[in-house]
Amino acid sequence: MLEIPVIRWGKPYESLENTEVVHFNTGEAIARVSSANGGLVSRDMRKASDARKILKQFSIEDLIAKVAHAADLFEQETLPLGSGTQTPDEFVVHQSASTGLPEHMCRSNMQKNCFVMRNMTEILQCLTRGLDLDILSRGYGMESRGVVVSYQAQSPVLGAVLPSNSPGVHTLWLPVVPLQMGLVLKPGSSEPWTVYRVASAFEKSGIPPEVISLYPGGHDVGSALLTSCQRSMIFGSQKTIDQYAGNPKVQVHGPGFSKIFLGDDCVDDWEKYLDVMVESVYINGGRSCINCSGIFASRHTKEIADAIAQRLGPVNALPPDDPDAGLAAFTTDGVGKAILSMVEQDLKADGVTDCTAQYGDRLVELERCSYIRPIVAHATNPQCEIVSKEFMFPFVTVVECPQAKMIQSSGYSLVGTAITEDQEWIDELTDATSIDRLNIGPIPTNRLNWLQPHEGNLIDFLFRSRAYQMPAEKLAELTV
Amino acid sequence: MSSTHIDLEAAVKHARKQLDEHTYNIVQRHFHESTGCPFWLGRKAELNFNPLTEIKGYEDLKKFPLFEDDWLRGGPVERWRMKDHADRPTYVFETGGTTGIPKSRVVVDDFRTDYELFSETLPDEYFPRGGNWLMLGPSGPRRLRLAVEHLAQFRGGICFCIDLDPRWVVKLIKKGWMEHLEEYKKHCIDQAITILTANHSIKCMFGTPKLIESLCLGLEDRGTTLAETGITGIFSGGTEFTPQWTRYCVEELFGGPPEESGIYMTPTYGNTLMGLACSKPVTAADKYKISYYAPQPRAVTEVVSFEDHNSVVGFGETGRVKLTTLTPEFFVPGFLERDEGEREMPFETYPWDGVSGVRPFHEIAASTTVGVY
Repeated sequence: MLEIPVIRWGKPYESLENTEVVHFNTGEAIARVSSANGGLVSRDMRKASDARKILKQFSIEDLIAKVAHAADLFEQETLPLGSGTQTPDEFVVHQSASTGLPEHMCRSNMQKNCFVMRNMTEILQCLTRGLDLDILSRGYGMESRGVVVSYQAQSPVLGAVLPSNSPGVHTLWLPVVPLQMGLVLKPGSSEPWTVYRVASAFEKSGIPPEVISLYPGGHDVGSALLTSCQRSMIFGSQKTIDQYAGNPKVQVHGPGFSKIFLGDDCVDDWEKYLDVMVESVYINGGRSCINCSGIFASRHTKEIADAIAQRLGPVNALPPDDPDAGLAAFTTDGVGKAILSMVEQDLKADGVTDCTAQYGDRLVELERCSYIRPIVAHATNPQCEIVSKEFMFPFVTVVECPQAKMIQSSGYSLVGTAITEDQEWIDELTDATSIDRLNIGPIPTNRLNWLQPHEGNLIDFLFRSRAYQMPAEKLAELTV
Repeated sequence: MSSTHIDLEAAVKHARKQLDEHTYNIVQRHFHESTGCPFWLGRKAELNFNPLTEIKGYEDLKKFPLFEDDWLRGGPVERWRMKDHADRPTYVFETGGTTGIPKSRVVVDDFRTDYELFSETLPDEYFPRGGNWLMLGPSGPRRLRLAVEHLAQFRGGICFCIDLDPRWVVKLIKKGWMEHLEEYKKHCIDQAITILTANHSIKCMFGTPKLIESLCLGLEDRGTTLAETGITGIFSGGTEFTPQWTRYCVEELFGGPPEESGIYMTPTYGNTLMGLACSKPVTAADKYKISYYAPQPRAVTEVVSFEDHNSVVGFGETGRVKLTTLTPEFFVPGFLERDEGEREMPFETYPWDGVSGVRPFHEIAASTTVGVY
């Protein structure tokens, strides 16, 4: 069994406490992971500034090249992991075994991470809107238009409290090291794999290990990390979002409530967009914040819901190594049943119809895990409770709502896909602050262009744009 | 069989005999009309046995139903006062109390007796007689507050205290006001550092794990260390006292074991109902394992089966912590603590059962706020 230590600025630390990561289907222990305590994090963070000092010895360009090389290592090489090693195939099997995600989805998430690591130049160009990266490194500089700008780093490191159930989120912190900031990560209890493998790949690519700390552990570790890092991100529920709302040091990533809006000008052709809707709901086992959980239209809603149900209703649970597996397992005892009972409660409300009812039981209970088969609901109005819900399986509510009321009644959307050519409405959608990422046209909610910023721009979070004045002769030096 | 083993076996038997005799005497006292408190005298009529004639030893206490701590909520608190203590100065100590009516315990001498006994377990080398103390823990209607002050006085020192309202801390956590929580913690640590740096010659302190940690970090921020303040002996307590935390504290906050850092820390386990259980010395060689032993015969801790609370689990096995308090002024015949742990073997210093790995009981852990200060 693999023994995975805490990593304190690159140095392994074996804790007296540890937890076992087990295979969700067999119960077999795959790894024993050391648990940090909050105090270790608080204490180590006193040396956080060293991480930036070390990274500033490299140019951003050099770090980008190293991270690109790390992508190859991450994807193709056998890398050290705690007391042993891990091949790329083992990584996929391990991640699937502990998170319940089918193996092909783990492989696909691996590719997503590699894409970001390989295309770092373009991603940073996009995140900075074309800023000369030396300006970020130096803290000030002159733009090509002859204006002095200054971006001040707000923290020497980025902390992140990562989730257990969604291995796709790692792309968000991958650009941090090229920005010459260290990483302080608390991996999810079921998903230590990505952070350790990335750290291993980074080290092998020449990035000093002293700039990364990995702290598996309990809630006290998460709290200590969020308190002691000047900038950190956390992934969690609506409760977590509410708890950290207004805290400038913490960027919260919670449920996405991503949606598709069918405009009155396109809704009569809804069948043309069925594939877009099905993909948005079903891809990645419905686990992502970018999966669609609400489809808004002014008419044909029952037909749309029935058509999606016809496609998704028959989907069944398949073994994780089956390339056709489309559902992810709930690996914690009783969770599948509990979630389904919450959905069933909402399905009983007036105005709500379960369009997947005719496709058999939704709960699949196995010895050590459970699955929920896709559920498609229809709601006659946006006030139905179910319209504001998102779950960790393929779930969507098709809502009947006049176009004029869609923006107002749909609430927050991480991704909003508006299928319309009505320019006046497009302008309103563009101005709607409740929609984070906006797609105009039949683009599935899950098809993120990684060259667009995601849920809060990382640069805005890590750097502060400020005034910076210099004498003319100094200015002249900048232009040389 | 080695002579050590025989000695231990004899010590265990002797301790058990003492416990049986003590139990008999305490029950006589609590259920006799001339001495007992109104609460237990009133309960006597509801029992289907006569405690005065049928409780002859510790095992017989199983005849009592489990003690419910809700019985301690609300007034009149005089119902807990022993008849022969009616004219003695009486304290009331409270637990919890963030919402609803707190649990109260009436005390005349118990806290002093408990801490005088505890005092005997403290090594004079690190807890020097006459040394002054810092109480870095809860203030207000807490037993701990007065008990630590008495401990300091009993050992010839003076106790300095801070203001710390744990009920406000619980409210901050429940409201999710984490920035306020941090600020309140800083406020407490500022008070402590002010005392420690004001030439009061403080050598010993009580502190909870969270506060000890914050104090050490706060001192580092000011360019000094706990050792430099003159502290040599710390007694601490709480279910957060895990082996890993202890190791972190000793290795990284103190700078090594007592012989290197000059700081000795002893964990304790207890509450307002019981008093405090001492720990077997905690060492790196033993992987910082923490085993607690109750101050028998005044209090007994057992590790009982989760299903059958009258059945003790095997040594090394896991169960719920069950507490029995047998003092001349307080009788608790079997109370299920909100903790679980592993049953530990008796040893020479404490020839009776101990408990290690104490942590919140797994069935209620998620809903419990522990280690709030």
